[in-house]
Order: sequence, then C-alpha cells, then structure tokens
Amino acid sequence: MSTQHTQSSNAQHGPFIRFLATLDRRWIFLAMMLAVGTPILLQLRPAETAGPLSTATFDVIEALPAGSRVLFAFDYDPASEGELQPMANAFVHHCASKGHKLAFLALWPLGAQKANETAETILKPFHPEYQAGVDYCMLGYKAGNEGVIKVIVTDLLQVYQADVNGTPLSEIPMLKGVTNIQAFDLIINISAGYPGSKEWAQYGTSAYPDAFILLVGTTGVQSNQLYPYYPAQMKGMLVAIKGAAEYEVLVNGKYGETAAILAAQAAMSATSGGAMKETGVPAVLQEGQRRMGPQLVAHLLMVTLIVLGNIVYFATRTKGAAR
Amino acid sequence: MSALKFQHQAQRTRNAEEERARRGSPVDSQAESRVESRVESHVESHAESRIGSPAGSRGASRGQMRLSTRHTRMRRARTTVWLILFLAGGIGLAYNALVRPNGMAQVYVERGEKVYVEAVVAPPLGAPSGEKAATKWLPSDDAALIDGRAVANSAQPSIKFTETRGIAPRIARERRTAGDTNVTLSIVDTLGVWIAAFFTLAIFSFLWRDNPVYKFAESVLVGVSAAYWMTLGYWSTLVPNLFAKLAPEAIKSWSMPAMIIDPSEQTTQFILALVPLILGFMLLMRLSPKGGWISVWPLAFIIGTTAGLKFVAFIEGDLMAQASNTIAPLVALKEGQLQVGDSIGNVVLLFGVLSVLTYFFFSIEHKGRLGTMVGKVSRVGIWYLMITFGAAFGLTVMGRITLLSQRLEFLFGDWLWIIDPANIR
Repeated sequence: MSTQHTQSSNAQHGPFIRFLATLDRRWIFLAMMLAVGTPILLQLRPAETAGPLSTATFDVIEALPAGSRVLFAFDYDPASEGELQPMANAFVHHCASKGHKLAFLALWPLGAQKANETAETILKPFHPEYQAGVDYCMLGYKAGNEGVIKVIVTDLLQVYQADVNGTPLSEIPMLKGVTNIQAFDLIINISAGYPGSKEWAQYGTSAYPDAFILLVGTTGVQSNQLYPYYPAQMKGMLVAIKGAAEYEVLVNGKYGETAAILAAQAAMSATSGGAMKETGVPAVLQEGQRRMGPQLVAHLLMVTLIVLGNIVYFATRTKGAAR
Repeated sequence: MSALKFQHQAQRTRNAEEERARRGSPVDSQAESRVESRVESHVESHAESRIGSPAGSRGASRGQMRLSTRHTRMRRARTTVWLILFLAGGIGLAYNALVRPNGMAQVYVERGEKVYVEAVVAPPLGAPSGEKAATKWLPSDDAALIDGRAVANSAQPSIKFTETRGIAPRIARERRTAGDTNVTLSIVDTLGVWIAAFFTLAIFSFLWRDNPVYKFAESVLVGVSAAYWMTLGYWSTLVPNLFAKLAPEAIKSWSMPAMIIDPSEQTTQFILALVPLILGFMLLMRLSPKGGWISVWPLAFIIGTTAGLKFVAFIEGDLMAQASNTIAPLVALKEGQLQVGDSIGNVVLLFGVLSVLTYFFFSIEHKGRLGTMVGKVSRVGIWYLMITFGAAFGLTVMGRITLLSQRLEFLFGDWLWIIDPANIR
C-alpha cells in the first residue's frame, strides 16, 4: 500500500478507526503487561474443573499399586519452568502420596537440577519419610538424546552405572534387580521439546507397547504435535499451564491436606515462633492454578485485540483503496 | 530530495520491513527503528535548512515546517508519556527498597558445620550371603551410624565443611533478632536476584525499542550460552564417552571416581573409542582451507546413522501406530450401548485424515467432475489444517503468557517482595 493510499484511506474513516490503525504497538505491549501483571498482584484465581486428559492422567497414577516403580524424565530447563514446574511438583507429590518409588533422570542438561529442586521443594518438606536410595534416587543427566532412550530401554547399566552421588546402581535398594527401564511400571516425561515426549513415545512405548505406561506433561507450543499419541502411546497428557492447573485440582482435592503436609506446616510454624501462617494446601502445590488468573485476563485482552484488528481490517478494506 | 519524498520512500521501506517482519525476519525492529530515526533526523534537518531557503519554495517550506513541527510535537508527547511511566516505576522501586520496613530482594542462608566420617557399613538385612561390608563416607548424624549398621573408622580423620542452605526471610529475621549468628544475609545470592531482575528488565526493554541495555543483555546471554554448551559438551560427552574409554584409570582418578572399569573390556573399548576420535578430527578439518573435503566423511556418517535411527522410530511410532490409531469404528459401542460422542469423534477423525491427505495429493487437477470433487474435499482439508494451526497458535500464546507471568511473579515476588503467596517473607 502506498503512502498516498494510506493517507487517503485513513482520511475516509472515523477517528476511532484512524486511532486504531495508527496506534503505536507499544501501547499494546503495555496493555498486555498490565493484563498479566494485575491478576498476579491481585492474586486473581478462576475456578478450575478437570478435563478428560488431566483426569486420565490422574487415574493412571491412582490405579498403580503402592510401591510401584516410577521413572521421571525431566526434559526441560528454566526457560520452560513457568509451564512445567507446576506439573512436576504435582506429579511428584501425587506419586509420593501414593507411596511409589521414584527414579529421576534427564535428557536435558538442566533437567537434572530441576529434578533436584523438585525433590527439595516437594519430597523433603511434605514427604520426609522418603529416603534417598530407598524411596527415590537421582540418576542425573546423560548426553545422547533419543540414543539414551534407545539404550536404556534394554540396558540401563550401559548408560547409568551410578547415580549422581556416585553410588553404583546395584547398591541402590530401590533399583535392586533393575536392568532396564522396562522394570518400571510407569514413565512420566515432563518435556519442553527435543528430546522429549515424542522420543519417549517413539523409542519407548511404540517399540515396547506392553512394557510400561507413558504419561507426559508438555508445553503448549509442542502439545499440538503430541495429541495424536494419546491415548494409544501415551495414556495421559497434561497440556500447558491449563493442564497443570486441572491436575493440581485433582491432586490437591485428594492429597492437598494430608497429615504429612499439616505436620510440615506445623513444623515450619514452630521453627518461626508461629510466624509462618500458611495453612491448607501449600502455595507451591497451587502454582498452576495461580497462573490461570493472568491467563484469563490476557486471553480476554487478546480476543479484544483480535476483534478490533478485524474491525480495522474490514473497515479499511471496504472503504479504502488498500487492496 | 524533498522531505516529503523522503518520507514516502521511508514509508515504502517501512512497509517492506513490516512485510518482512510478518514473514518472520529477525531484523524487523532494528530496521524499523533505523528507518524511524532516519525519517525523524532527515525531516528535522531538512526543516531547519529550509528556514533560510530562497523565496521560490516558500510555500512548500511552510508545509514542511508544519509537518516537521507536528512530528516533533508528537514525538515529544510520546517521549513524555513513556518518561512519566519510567519515572513512576523508578520512584516505586526506590520507595519499595528504602521505605518499606522489610525492604526487598534479600536472600538469607543458614550456615551449619557438616562432618563426614569414614565408616564400615554392614550389608543390609536380606542381602545375598556373599555380600560384604562396604567402606563409605557418611554424615556423622547418619541413621546407619546411630543404629549400629555402620561403624566409624576412628583411625581415619573426619572431613569437616560449612554447609549453607536457604532459609525463608521471615524466619531469618526472627532468628537474627533472637541472636542466632548462623543465619546471615547472603550477599552473593542477593546479588544474584538483582542481576536476574536487571537482565529480565533489560530484555523487556526491547519492547520499547532496540537499545544498548538490551544489546548488552542479549550479548551476555549468547556468550554465556555458548560457554555453557561448550563446557557441557566437554564434561558430559568428551570426558565420559571418549577420554574415559581411552585412559580409564587416569579419568577415574581425575574426574569420575564412580566409574566402574572392566579390565576384560578395556582393549575393545579403547579401539572402539578411536573411531569417534578420528571422525572428530576429520570433522575439524572443515576449518582447514584445503582439507575441507575430509569433513564430508564424518558428516556422511552422522547423517547416515541419524537417518537409520529415525527411520525405524518413525515407521513404528508414527506411520504404523498412527495408522492403527486412525482405524476406529465409525459407530462406537460400549457394552452394547451407542457412544454418540465417540462415534462423532471417529467420523470427524476419519474425514479429517482423508481430506487433509487429499489436499496434499497434487496428481489430479481440480477440473472436470472428478477434479472438482477432489478440489472440494481438499478445501475441507484446508479448513482442518487452519483449525489445527489456530489451535497451535492458541496453545503457543498460552505458553508465552505463562512465561511472562512467571517472570512477573519473579519481579513482584523474589525481587520487589510485593506479593508473597507462600507467606515466607
């Protein structure tokens, strides 16, 4: 469109269309910042209801007998923790509440650190009975992407001879007799991209469909590509922050105020001379639900902007010589 | 060239830049700001030079001056508004840091002495009869030492070190008030929060326009990432997968104490490790002006193995499995009862797959009776694709908003201390 056309076209329209057509995009950035920031400051939190995907995920873990072996693959890093850490927290809390044995590994370098952080944040305060080596172990990060999956699905010891502390796998009580990951009842993959959920489905459940169950938690960006794997190759899937919030509702509804959590809160309160007033479901187990407030307002703004953008487009297309 | 002509040309350039930006060009905003500044400076300088211009173009000069004045006024107004916003933010920050009783962005740690002793640990109950006691370093307060499953070796001196762990600011303040000297403000960790906040704001500043602060943050990010990946590649790939195979004893004593060495496999491992070593050197020949062709061979090896690895996985995990998943009954029954939702879903799935496949079937021209029908079905396929792209866009937006909300939570919570969901401050 030439400048003359723009000027003549804008001149034909009312002030509202002219205002929208010439609006500096930085005002939109500012509006988005306010739309996201204000609900955080006001702690706005819409009610959540679990959808079928989250319910299916919850049911799979619920159906496993206590003491089942669960392998966590933390395939993400801090860049995606906004979406994925709430899922990781809820997954670990759910499995620990059911008394499962947890092993953590990572195909992303910083995934191992996220696994450690999750153990520190969830297992230590709310499941103090969990002992390293007996109830959970950290296998750490290994380079090799999907090559690692392809090997450990038949031979775990070829890649992981020891855990992150250097303890040989044969000396870790919860891994006695484990030679490959087919010995695990469930694999939970929390993924931000490659390598991640797709590779676990391709080299894990597709190659060995009856060996174990795969559950995944994914970022919104890649979840579109993963829907086809549900429910045959993935028995459950948490999609983005919405999936995390729904899953939190289910987990907290059953395990949000367990005796261990109440004891942890009482202990914290006693340590601080009664200053720690946190009661009920811990805040760390509600991160996903808290982040749905900004989602709500930001989406409303987004829809409004799309409608306004279309109004400007159609108004200028009809009246102007823009075409 | 008159200022107006220049503006027209700049507008065309800007339109082209915007068009490129819509197509995903990485240099959009820089180019735009460059064009904007060129327009502004040219209009201003041109207007200034026109003030004393000959009488022949006095009318045009007045027009240019009006345009220039209006442009300058608008720019000033815009700058003023943003300046006010930045000032308000700065004043709020200063108030938050200096006036509020508990301040902001402080990280406290608790220091404690950790003692490790060498101990002989008995095999666990139920262990195989041949299993022997192991010698390990255990914390002095380890349960095994207390209940007698492990016995400390008194001949070996213990190892002591200071351990720090994070502590909630509220608890830290109370304990410090009560005179607990083990709880201290961690300068390094506190500085870390401030640096993280600075870089977050520096990256956000790109929304205003390209600027030196953003460039600095971007350069630091790129530099740190490159260094991080290089270090990671060395320690997680070269050391365990290559050096540990070539010189196992040396690597075990140097950096991998937990490595298990199998003497019977040592020679085989050494010979096998020579293959990637040689291929690695061949790959580096790409840097050589005359030996670049040598790097083609390891590249061929990499591409061949990757293709082989992926081929089987995609056949199994995508082609076969997805085809199998698509073959679903159009009339879904469960215990003899018709499942309406599932049936509709399966019909939509089947028709979607077929129509999208038809869209990508280019062998029939959309003319004639058959061609027209194929064209109509492929149009439905386009709708399926558009809905898929829309869903992908929506999910991407949701993800990006979450990332923004997490950064704002960091700024409001960890840095400014104006929200406290966990009640720890």
